[in-house]
Amino acid sequence: MKKQLKVDPIKNGTVIDHITSGKALQVAEILNVGNNGNEIMIGINLASKKMGKKDIIKIENRELSKEEAGSIALISPTATLIIIEDYKVVKKFGIEIPKEINHHIICPNSKCITNIEEVPTRFELAGKNPVEVRCGYCEKKYFIDEVKFRF
Amino acid sequence: MRDVSKEDILKLIDLADKIETGKIKVDMTGKLAALLFFEPSTRTHFSFETAVKKLGGNTFSMSGTSSTSVKKGETLADTLMTISMYADIIVMRHVIEGAARFAAETVKIPVINAGDGTNQHPTQAMLDLFSIQKTQGTLNNLTIGMVGDLRLGRTVHSLAQALSDFNPKFYFASPRHLQMPVYIKDDLKAKNIEFAELEDIKEVMHELDIMYVTRIQKERFAVLEDYEKVKDSYIISKKLLENVKKNFKVLHPLPRVNEITKDVDNTEYAYYFQQARNGVFMRQAIITELLNLK
Repeated sequence: MKKQLKVDPIKNGTVIDHITSGKALQVAEILNVGNNGNEIMIGINLASKKMGKKDIIKIENRELSKEEAGSIALISPTATLIIIEDYKVVKKFGIEIPKEINHHIICPNSKCITNIEEVPTRFELAGKNPVEVRCGYCEKKYFIDEVKFRF
Repeated sequence: MRDVSKEDILKLIDLADKIETGKIKVDMTGKLAALLFFEPSTRTHFSFETAVKKLGGNTFSMSGTSSTSVKKGETLADTLMTISMYADIIVMRHVIEGAARFAAETVKIPVINAGDGTNQHPTQAMLDLFSIQKTQGTLNNLTIGMVGDLRLGRTVHSLAQALSDFNPKFYFASPRHLQMPVYIKDDLKAKNIEFAELEDIKEVMHELDIMYVTRIQKERFAVLEDYEKVKDSYIISKKLLENVKKNFKVLHPLPRVNEITKDVDNTEYAYYFQQARNGVFMRQAIITELLNLK
């Protein structure tokens, strides 16, 4: 039987595969992928041998940074990153939840100094299942679904 | 307090003890402490002022922001940078959470957190530990009851965290909606610290080494009737202390309103005023350590 891709291949860019089913839109949001003119393809609830169901995101002409990859792990630790050049896989790797997340999480505590003065946020990983993070300034702990990101 | 190691705690307690007993003499002459109380405070402010002046140092202070450039729109970073050009050490209380850590990262001189919003009040936790050590002869394996508003009282948060390295057993007695926050309980669980939550402390009085009392504030209740229902469960009177252990002591960060009745003051169990006195020695120890005055 002929294998058919449900989402078109990309020439150059990044494929984020094995995203926890239902989390692709959240991943896309934190990566702010829709606002830079790149072609984006998002697949949700696709069949997966490994996971049953999975989501996938393909981003044309963009290679994700290590920090961006770390942020994805906070939302979907199962995700894998595939870097594509000229339709070929040149790099494939799993991602790890970082122990420290600098700059990219906005502290939900309106009384936190990071929301008052110009100071980059600093969060540490406080729990893995479910993922929790702790603000390095006000020391409040949040589930990852409670925080917003900025890149 | 999460950054302070067990070794740091024991070292500071030892230093506070040596300062109190005169075993070491610390000289702060020629040093200037800026006491920046962006949020006004009486006891903590006076305690630091006493600590500095009794070491021979000097202070300049502010209380509230009404007469400062903060009111003109100056950033906290600029205020702190300027003051760090004059002073040798900053003591700071601020309503914004994380303000003290930010200050410590902004200026080159040491910063002492004298309370940041509902977050931490580490020097209070340290003087509480010093008081516990002095009354019990140890910090290890004690049974501690914490009573009152455990949700919003930052002193109990800092103290619970600080004691967690000394294998305590905790009883937390509070109205249901003023219970110890989940993140503190999570930290204790992670360290396998035994604790139980109660609505009434009476049943465990005979087990306690220390009872730490905090004030339940009427304004924390949406419905006055709810406050009326619980307020008497959290008033400590002499009668409640009938079956306590010999080494038992009552601590309170002060100010108290009516949560400890006056008849407790004259019992051997009352320790809250000595606790305030201990605060001066502990703050002297912290300043001594930070300015390397020994």
